[in-house]
Amino acid sequence: MSKLQIPVEHATLSNGLRVVISPDRAAPVVTVGVYYHIGFRLEPRGRSGFAHLFEHMMFQGSENAGKMMHIRLVNSSGGVLNGSTRYDVTNYFQSVPSNALERMLWLEADRMRALRVDDENLRNQRDVVKEEVKVNVFNQPYGGFPWLDIPPVANRNWANAHNFYGDFSDLDAATLADVRSFFKTYYAPNNAVLLMLGDVAPQEGMALARRHFENIPAGEPPPRADVNEPPQLEERRGVVDEKLGALPALAVAYHLPPRRTPEWYALALADLALHGGRAGRLYRRLVLEKQVALECDGGVHYPMGDVFDYDGPMLMVTRILHKAEFSADRALSEFDAAVAELQQQGIGDGELEQLKIKLRSDFYSTIEGGMGGYIPRFGLMHYLACFTLFDDDPKLVNSALDGFLEVTRDRVQAAAQKYLVPANRAIVIRRPVKDGAR
Amino acid sequence: MAAGSEVRSAAPALAAERPVVWPARTVRTLANGLQVVLAESRTIPKLTGQLMFRSGNAAAWPATAGLAEITSSVVRTGTDSRSSRQIEEGLRRIGADLSCSAGSDSSVIAFSGLVEYSSPLLALVAELARAASFPPGEFERERRQRLDELKIERATPGFLAGERLRVALFGAHPYAIVAPTPAQVEAWTREQLRAFYAAHYSPANAVMVLAGDFRPAELLGAIEKCFDGWATPAPQRPAFPPPPVARGRSVHLVHLPGAVQTQVLVGNFGITRKHPDWLALTLANSIYGGAFNSRLVRNIREQKGYTYSPRSTPHPLHDLGFFSVSAAVRNEVASATLIEIFYELDLMRSVPVGAEELADAQNYLCGVFSLGLATQEGLSGQLATTYLNELPEDFLETYREKIRALTADDVQAAAQKYFDSPNSCIVVAGDREQVEAQAAQFGDVTVYDAEGKRI
Repeated sequence: MSKLQIPVEHATLSNGLRVVISPDRAAPVVTVGVYYHIGFRLEPRGRSGFAHLFEHMMFQGSENAGKMMHIRLVNSSGGVLNGSTRYDVTNYFQSVPSNALERMLWLEADRMRALRVDDENLRNQRDVVKEEVKVNVFNQPYGGFPWLDIPPVANRNWANAHNFYGDFSDLDAATLADVRSFFKTYYAPNNAVLLMLGDVAPQEGMALARRHFENIPAGEPPPRADVNEPPQLEERRGVVDEKLGALPALAVAYHLPPRRTPEWYALALADLALHGGRAGRLYRRLVLEKQVALECDGGVHYPMGDVFDYDGPMLMVTRILHKAEFSADRALSEFDAAVAELQQQGIGDGELEQLKIKLRSDFYSTIEGGMGGYIPRFGLMHYLACFTLFDDDPKLVNSALDGFLEVTRDRVQAAAQKYLVPANRAIVIRRPVKDGAR
Repeated sequence: MAAGSEVRSAAPALAAERPVVWPARTVRTLANGLQVVLAESRTIPKLTGQLMFRSGNAAAWPATAGLAEITSSVVRTGTDSRSSRQIEEGLRRIGADLSCSAGSDSSVIAFSGLVEYSSPLLALVAELARAASFPPGEFERERRQRLDELKIERATPGFLAGERLRVALFGAHPYAIVAPTPAQVEAWTREQLRAFYAAHYSPANAVMVLAGDFRPAELLGAIEKCFDGWATPAPQRPAFPPPPVARGRSVHLVHLPGAVQTQVLVGNFGITRKHPDWLALTLANSIYGGAFNSRLVRNIREQKGYTYSPRSTPHPLHDLGFFSVSAAVRNEVASATLIEIFYELDLMRSVPVGAEELADAQNYLCGVFSLGLATQEGLSGQLATTYLNELPEDFLETYREKIRALTADDVQAAAQKYFDSPNSCIVVAGDREQVEAQAAQFGDVTVYDAEGKRI
């Protein structure tokens, strides 16, 4: 078995900014990312959607790179860029031919040092975000299902339970003062990690990082929202209207044990046995054999992420789009039968071995690519950032699989028996408002 | 402040460019006509590839619609020696992923897996290409799934607008059809699928590209072994009726009662990748609406806040092409969006782009093209585009210099020919009460329901 060994160099600047470099000089392109340790579940109470709205503001101009300048300089250097807001991080990234490396660092440093935005920018991006929510949620069949539907049913702590895209009334209430305060609180260098991946010499990259970032003053350590969930004692259920799609849908979500504990590793393997594409037990039973469902997918942190890119309570989610001729109860009973089979009979040696091979193969693909191949090493950047911000050790990327590969059949079965129980889950039904919808 | 740290008010200049070296590739045509293209990429210990047949849904015209697509769905569900479950678990056992799909002009088996299991993966791909058995139960299941998928597509604004544009542009030509009707799906027979498979999944009709951490000579040996003895002739491509000639604008409204947003889509005829103007159109598109830093995005997103996701795209098909501009906008600004879309199109047609904007866009396209080098997925995609479309052997190697050689005149000429705003089809998918009067500002409106019936 070939094992991938990824070179990782890292250091912390005097202002607390962590810098991680992973060189691979084969192709003359470099990916530059900055991750801030603030995500949508860490945003202030009563300001739903603010972390994401703020992400948009980071593209609206900084002291030396005014509106559109950042975007223009990336594109005209031959690169592409984007940002995204997740549970616990917000990221900004660009891939460029490597001769533009220093320019990218300058741009990222300029907006970390001095975001420069006004009311006009805020109004503009509030409008843009509202159209984003409509195109992804309100005007799409099954929009937001289940990533926006599950949290308020499954969770009790506002941090985990609120509308992550934001209620429009909260978006409307956001002010420029909120933007400035959020920036000051969460966008300090000591709450971030800078990453360079690809065609960069580590020493040179580190020197460039110092040149452009080290004079940005550190901020107060930001407050960290309490994300703990009170224990769940009985099954939770919710129903949401599906206004466009004609088929009913169902989501099931189980609370997971803490990250990187033995039971968590074991449940991640149970997840792969149950989900894991067309070979997975749920797809096979619900779609291929019993034919009650059209689609069945899911996993840990589905559909926003995976096992590695969160820090706090998390759910294992299954999304089932089922045929109108079957009731939600019937679809759920088939789901339950697949889970019960895993709990009662466990998994075979051959199956566990297959899952571990697939896990390793998927990991390689994730770290190499992402974003349709247009952001080379997106996944590697993402994992290095998360291991740095959550575990203070980017080199975990080279041992990240070990805990999963040690899992035994008995541990998978025991974890399934303990955690995949009704009292530990939430169920959300998307009910079409009318047959044939619109 | 740390030593050596500084605040600079101007962006650093670009450093000297490192040369872009396209990986050496091995191209072989096997005795049965199957073309094989191999490129080495050692980023991860995997390989990724596509086996592509130059026949898609259009190849079944006029018998039925969507036949290539349903054929591809059923291909993976059984072979002469393996059941569906054996195929899926066999893939998982070797850490592989596989998908079968089809569009208007091609049918594709795409795959990736650990390089240590290249041989069993290639053997499975060959088995799917040569010995699919079309189990009757699997076909029935896929057929019923397709009927349900159609219901979801007919509730999706982007799909409905796109479908309407294709019908308006292509008329009786099979490129007008993006999805079968429920009646067509009901009428499909297993024999139709088997006949399509027998005629079109032929080595003489195919090219396979692979990128990954392999030794080409070794992999070629494995490929020859898997595909040995497979010999069927290439199919004839049917002759299609010509699309209608566009004269003036037409306006189409897909009525979606209660829609909270309007999907705007504008399109006109374009060209294929083989056309000599293809790169000029690509460059003009990137300036107009094909990049974040494009005129359309600056205008209707960053300045006016009408939309989240405006974009323009040239769509090259095998025989013809089209160009489209799309934006999902709030209902009140549907006509204002159309005004800006046409304003920017007409500006590109009438005023040459400035030197700086031209250079920026050339840098953009050249750089993005180079990014494709850095992953197996990107490399495989570039090779697939080149060889599926039978582009010149040096297409990849010369792309950047050809883009850089284009002038402002070339861009304007491309805009005048292919941003055909006087003859465009305008589609709005939204609530009739909210948008019909706005659409009527651009011509007589024909209104359809989500099933495609005129109302």
